[in-house]
Amino acid sequence: MKVCITSQGATPDAFIDERFGRAPYFIFMDTTTNTCDAYANPYAGSGGGVGPKAAQILIEHEAKAVITGQVGGNAQEVLAAAGISIHTVPKNKTVRKAFEEFRESL
Amino acid sequence: MVAANLAFTRAWTNEPVTLVDCDVEEPNLHLFFPGSAVTRDVTVPVPVIDASRCQHCGACGKFCQYGALTVLPTRVLFFSELCHSCGGCMLACPNGAISENPKRIGTLSSASPLPCLTLITGTLDTGDPHAVPVIREAKKMADRSPTVILDTAPGTSCTVIEALDGCDACILVTESTPFGLHDLKLAADVATQMGIPVGVVINRSDGNDDETRRFCAERGLPVLLTIPFDREIAAIQSRGDLLCRARPEWQKEFGDLFERCRALVREGP
Repeated sequence: MKVCITSQGATPDAFIDERFGRAPYFIFMDTTTNTCDAYANPYAGSGGGVGPKAAQILIEHEAKAVITGQVGGNAQEVLAAAGISIHTVPKNKTVRKAFEEFRESL
Repeated sequence: MVAANLAFTRAWTNEPVTLVDCDVEEPNLHLFFPGSAVTRDVTVPVPVIDASRCQHCGACGKFCQYGALTVLPTRVLFFSELCHSCGGCMLACPNGAISENPKRIGTLSSASPLPCLTLITGTLDTGDPHAVPVIREAKKMADRSPTVILDTAPGTSCTVIEALDGCDACILVTESTPFGLHDLKLAADVATQMGIPVGVVINRSDGNDDETRRFCAERGLPVLLTIPFDREIAAIQSRGDLLCRARPEWQKEFGDLFERCRALVREGP
């Protein structure tokens, strides 16, 4: 299963970013193949409406879950409609740690 | 308060004037001019997707800069509060699946509280974020009047800029406080940037206006009128009356204010 983690940096050792739509990076990790792809969020510095657009990126990458801090109302609606589950974690955690904890909880 | 008294004074001397309340998030001029009004809806076009034609290709979602359309494999989600009614999604759709429907965002009402006064009030629906189209419609309604006085929201946001756009002159109403001066500087910058001649009215003046006057002198902004901080004036306002109606001697002051505005227009920015 492909999981998206919102991140402050481009590597799994970076800390997670607690903002969903404006996180600088989306890191896609796979629970079975262990692959890891970083995707720079083009909407990190945008004005309004970033939540649904960020959610669209997750849909295009076929993520089934997202690990982040907070998700706004519009993005929640899109993620729910797309069947992507939301998992919130505190921000002082690395992407790798958050991913491993998520995998163990499955 | 200044806009209402200015319009009242003009109308009282039988000069036709249209007063437009552009503070659409909380219009209040109608409180000073009670009476019946004709009201109509203000609408903006929003996309409607024909599910039988939509191929879920995602072209509309990619085009939309505001995130109002999200395309899922089997359906399209539309967030109307994010939509800016640009119509681009309709052009971007290769399957002709998008048309537009009007969506109500507020109301426009028109009243004639005095024979020479037309009052137009724009009111944004509670919870709707798009004040600008309501202001635009309110201004359009006033278009044909020889003299139009617009009352805007305070500050320098989009709503103020929309109201200022196309004006011949701008009266900035300030108060003799540090906050008043701070906001006056910002607003003067905006109006100047827009090429609109600016004059200043100092309201609720406690007599300690030196800093405000110094700023106005430095920037070459004439102080057109000073209204004192006065308990009686506050009481008149609070009971919904107008200073120029309750104390007719003020009509001369506001009549002069109008003439000074005219001079501003003649002199240019």
